[in-house]
Amino acid sequence: MATIDVLRPRPPSRVGLGWAFFERQTNLWKRYWAWEIVWLLYGVVNTLAITFIANEAGRTGSVSKAEQSRLTMFLLIGTLVWAYMSAVLDDMSLTVMWERWEGTIEHTLMAPVPRVVHLVGMSAFGILHAFIRTSLVMACALPFFHVDLGQADWVTAAAVVAVGSVSLIGLGILASILPLLYPERGEQMSFMVQALVLLVSGVYYSVSVLPGWLQVASHVSPATYLLRGIRDALLNGSSVGNQAGTIAILAVFGVVLVPASLLVFGLAERWAKKTGQLKRQG
Amino acid sequence: MNIPEARPLAPADQELAAVGHRPVPLEVSHVTKTFRHKRIANLTRRKKAKKPPRAALDNVSFTVQTSEIYGILGANGSGKSTLIRILSTLLLPDGGSVRIFGLDVVKEPGKVRPLLNRVSADPSFFRPMSAMENLLFFGRAYGLSGPEVRRRSAEILSRLGLGEEHAREPMLHLSRGQQQKVAVARAFLSSPRLMLLDEPTTGLDPRSKREVQAFVAEVRRESQVTILLTTHDMDEAEQLCDRIGFLSGGKLVAEGTPLELRKQVAAGRPLDEVDMEAVFIELTGRSIEEDEQEDENQGQQAEGGA
Repeated sequence: MATIDVLRPRPPSRVGLGWAFFERQTNLWKRYWAWEIVWLLYGVVNTLAITFIANEAGRTGSVSKAEQSRLTMFLLIGTLVWAYMSAVLDDMSLTVMWERWEGTIEHTLMAPVPRVVHLVGMSAFGILHAFIRTSLVMACALPFFHVDLGQADWVTAAAVVAVGSVSLIGLGILASILPLLYPERGEQMSFMVQALVLLVSGVYYSVSVLPGWLQVASHVSPATYLLRGIRDALLNGSSVGNQAGTIAILAVFGVVLVPASLLVFGLAERWAKKTGQLKRQG
Repeated sequence: MNIPEARPLAPADQELAAVGHRPVPLEVSHVTKTFRHKRIANLTRRKKAKKPPRAALDNVSFTVQTSEIYGILGANGSGKSTLIRILSTLLLPDGGSVRIFGLDVVKEPGKVRPLLNRVSADPSFFRPMSAMENLLFFGRAYGLSGPEVRRRSAEILSRLGLGEEHAREPMLHLSRGQQQKVAVARAFLSSPRLMLLDEPTTGLDPRSKREVQAFVAEVRRESQVTILLTTHDMDEAEQLCDRIGFLSGGKLVAEGTPLELRKQVAAGRPLDEVDMEAVFIELTGRSIEEDEQEDENQGQQAEGGA
């Protein structure tokens, strides 16, 4: 019988290890393609249902024709940005919940992969996955509305999305901590956190309509700045230079949130290892 | 064993080289682990007496030498899986120390992880994904390239009697025995220096059980791998293990070679008349079934992984 050679793997590169997680997520989602279609349809219906409010405002004369067009864009951007954000957060928390459910979390956490590579690899897939899904929702929803994108500055919008996405990696890692600690209720708890972000970030209305104390909370949500930057770029044609302040704030969020979320994940992992919480649940 | 000399040292090898001598593969010293009882809603409004924490491991110490297969025999709930989880860097002990090739598992988990791998009683996989997709992920996580994973997986699975067509099937289409063989392949893919086998044949049909046992014995013969095997199967322990430790109620109550253990209880009887079950009962004061029953009574409200 042939013998199996004893392999001594080369020191793995961080990119190679990160690719393992990206590839795993791709394979996992491939197997759930039918659910992907369901979520796409849900995203399109949700976007239409909210953005048609602008048509109603125009029909009843609450706003002028010009204001209706602007309101349509305002709601459309809010819905799409929220779809993008929540897809990233859902991806991260759902994956950890899956791992708890299947019992693979123990094998994943005992593999010789630095936690930063593990979590950033998962987030990278989440960002790409959310971007593709949101782009498809936008492509399906746009034909339903008469929107003028003539003055939109797409380069600025792309810059805001790119920088803002770094802070979403931090939020995604934070969202994945709840199912790590609470396998039965963690995902629902992460929905609650998302709902709070939705409330204070000005997704469907301006932050200025919020009570003063909630406006304070809006300052600590990166979604507030992400939405502000994209709306200014697409509605007002604001340039990268004009949006430098918003982009800088988003960059600070990214620089602070990613290491902070890794630190909190590490503390949560240690607590789970101390109390024996990593056992299979399901 | 052929180790290509031209290849650069992997981090695990660099760590071993840095130690400067051949360190002991596994040293477990006075390890203890206790789990708190779960708090359950008091529906009757009557205050219940606070239950004391349950000791899953109580001052456990032993050493495993290079290329040795060391068996831990004990009932369900005796602390075997808790021990394996501590060695796997997945559970922190309350006291004592564990050194794997001289490295402390609590202080240096990142250096320990490349040296070990594990098969658990429950083959945990992403079930919608195929066996090969799962193996690709776990192989890459240990630094193997895609082609290396495919080649080695095919070799190991073939020796375990699992054809290539099964590797393309989603895991949920495979039987329990086939899934466990994929779990064995996953663990041996990375050529670990220390292999932790946590009841690897539990729930397998007799043929699959023999195939897995034969594979473990062959790999040990061919390579320098050191194996810690936990089981409650007396025959398996006696057949595969160089030395055996009896774990009962979280305590290591006896250890030795199968022959030494038999001699301890033979009391003048011919050794071939003393089976390992009789040895276990004599040295632990209870049968595996009694141990399991006591654990069920104690563990119903216990939290954590014993």
